[in-house]
Amino acid sequence: MAEKKKKLLQGNEACAEGALYAGCRFYAGYPITPSTEVAEMLSVRLPKVGGKFIQMEDEIASIAAAIGGSIAGLKSLTATSGPGFSLKQEGIGFACMAEIPCVIVNVMRGGPSTGFPTGPSQSDVMQAKWGTHGDHPAVTLTPSTVQEILSETVRAFNLAERYRTPVAVLYDEIVGHMREPVVIPDPGELEVVDREGPTCSPEEYLPYDDRYDVPPFAPFKGEYRFHITGLNHKTDGFPTNDPAIIDWGNRKIVDKIEKNRESICENEAVYLDDASIGVFSYGSIGRSARYAVNEVRERGVKAGLLRPLTIWPFPDGAVSEMAENVKAIIVPEMNLGQMIHEVKRVVHGRCEVVGINRVDGEPIHPQQIIDIIERYS
Amino acid sequence: MSTPATAAKKKVPFDYSGYLRAGKLPHIWCPGCGHGIVLKSLLRAIDVSGFTKDQLCMVSGIGCSSRTPGYVDFKTLHTLHGRAFSYATGVKLANPELKVIVASGDGDALAIGGNHFIHTCRRNIDMTILVYTNYIYGMTGGQYSPTTPQGAMATTSRYGNIEPVFDTCELAKASGATFVARGTSYHCQELEKILLAAIKHKGTSVVEIIDQCPTYYGRQNKLRSATEMMEIFEKNGTVSVKQADRLPPEKVEGKLLRGILYQVERPEYCEEYDKLIEKVRGQ
Repeated sequence: MAEKKKKLLQGNEACAEGALYAGCRFYAGYPITPSTEVAEMLSVRLPKVGGKFIQMEDEIASIAAAIGGSIAGLKSLTATSGPGFSLKQEGIGFACMAEIPCVIVNVMRGGPSTGFPTGPSQSDVMQAKWGTHGDHPAVTLTPSTVQEILSETVRAFNLAERYRTPVAVLYDEIVGHMREPVVIPDPGELEVVDREGPTCSPEEYLPYDDRYDVPPFAPFKGEYRFHITGLNHKTDGFPTNDPAIIDWGNRKIVDKIEKNRESICENEAVYLDDASIGVFSYGSIGRSARYAVNEVRERGVKAGLLRPLTIWPFPDGAVSEMAENVKAIIVPEMNLGQMIHEVKRVVHGRCEVVGINRVDGEPIHPQQIIDIIERYS
Repeated sequence: MSTPATAAKKKVPFDYSGYLRAGKLPHIWCPGCGHGIVLKSLLRAIDVSGFTKDQLCMVSGIGCSSRTPGYVDFKTLHTLHGRAFSYATGVKLANPELKVIVASGDGDALAIGGNHFIHTCRRNIDMTILVYTNYIYGMTGGQYSPTTPQGAMATTSRYGNIEPVFDTCELAKASGATFVARGTSYHCQELEKILLAAIKHKGTSVVEIIDQCPTYYGRQNKLRSATEMMEIFEKNGTVSVKQADRLPPEKVEGKLLRGILYQVERPEYCEEYDKLIEKVRGQ
């Protein structure tokens, strides 16, 4: 076997590599620490592959242009951090409603407000779920290594295209700026999903055809002329006030994700088979959690780790299974307790759920997790 | 094939049906609103322009005029309040073969969309922007906008508006738009010619269209009818740029200029980007 191509990459560069691998050909963004390197790298690389890069006047314009680019047929990305993620929320809602695939990267920093731009946090995980108004689908991926940033960015594009929905990739400043050796996958090595176009004639085309869970999407090219709106709409894309159709439209955008939880949710399970104490941890803190679990295992403590790569939809099944077998689930987060509420909802009193929280811009160290594991073992 | 000009001579009415979506009329606009007149001028201009329905993409934000795309048989995109320019930028850059036309009200374009408006003009991306100025937020029921005259009544300026107004055309020019014009719904044939020139222009073309909202602006400001409003604001409140030079200053003062106010050639954004791709790939 040929030697794999390895590169020393920063997390944000790996994100750009992943986007290009997935076939991203449109980027619109606005500079913001600690995500800017994604834009910088794509401004260099996209024109080389005939893709388009534009630095917009603000974050709102960036998500809007990315959605516009996707509507015109190119796989589209925008990258930002907390304050910009807040500004992008109205556009994310539009993409949910109009069912436009696009990927939003949020390199999380300390908040609220301008907060701590150069320090990490995990405090946007609930914003990723509930940030835009109204009921809506949310698909959010949380890589924890530079390699995973590459592969999860590819997966984000695949999910966006497959389900015609915006997908968020959330990682934090730690992995965003960390440099690690990364194996660049060969073409064809990772799955790349392309948008399914219509097979019917332009006259017959319905952009929200209710015969499909995810209707084929005709980009604004060629002969397909149709209407897209952020208003509640009928199968033909035109606005409606009909309560039955409004109900159908609101449910179907959520249902298409819920129905496909199995193929969207991915987790890493470490020593969960015989664990009597569990750790639920995501993103960069998943690395501290893994270290802690390995460390206590050496001392005979039966700890296990559930590390979701998909936090939205929430991995109800995996958490529920863990709750059946453990005395306690520890949830370390670089926030004041966000995903812990979801863990508690699923656990529903079957075991103790204990948070470890840090909002000082420093990562949660393995020792902090080890201390709590030992207290409950 | 008859152009609107020859059609007028022969008294053959222009057939709009080929451009309008079947089953989508009647429109939502109030009696007396000028948006329908503007739509007709636009469709006549498009007919002459030579662009096909497949090539045309109409984008809008939120408001009464932003409902225009729903009625036309093009690729149409009805987006968020103020953001139409940014969506349109994405669409155009991703598929430069499309002819993109943006419909935006004065509140949509100049208040919530002000930042996007000026930067779109600055880039000079090929796009025709129609700013419908009716001095009021119509869809939300008559609040003052960045073009509401000082002293005018609105549901949020019950003691008379104290805010100065934007001059849309000056703003567009200062921001870098390479075609700036003003028309009115009263001068609908002149508007057709202006719109045709705007559509044919390569770069960002901005056309401000003085229009009337009898329902919200008219009623609150004791203007009894749409025609009265058209006389005050459009017929008597404007003067053609061609006549302005010949008229004594007192006949021009306080009036808005109509016609093509500014047109220059400057590199267009998508073409510049294509050159950049060529340059980078050639290295």
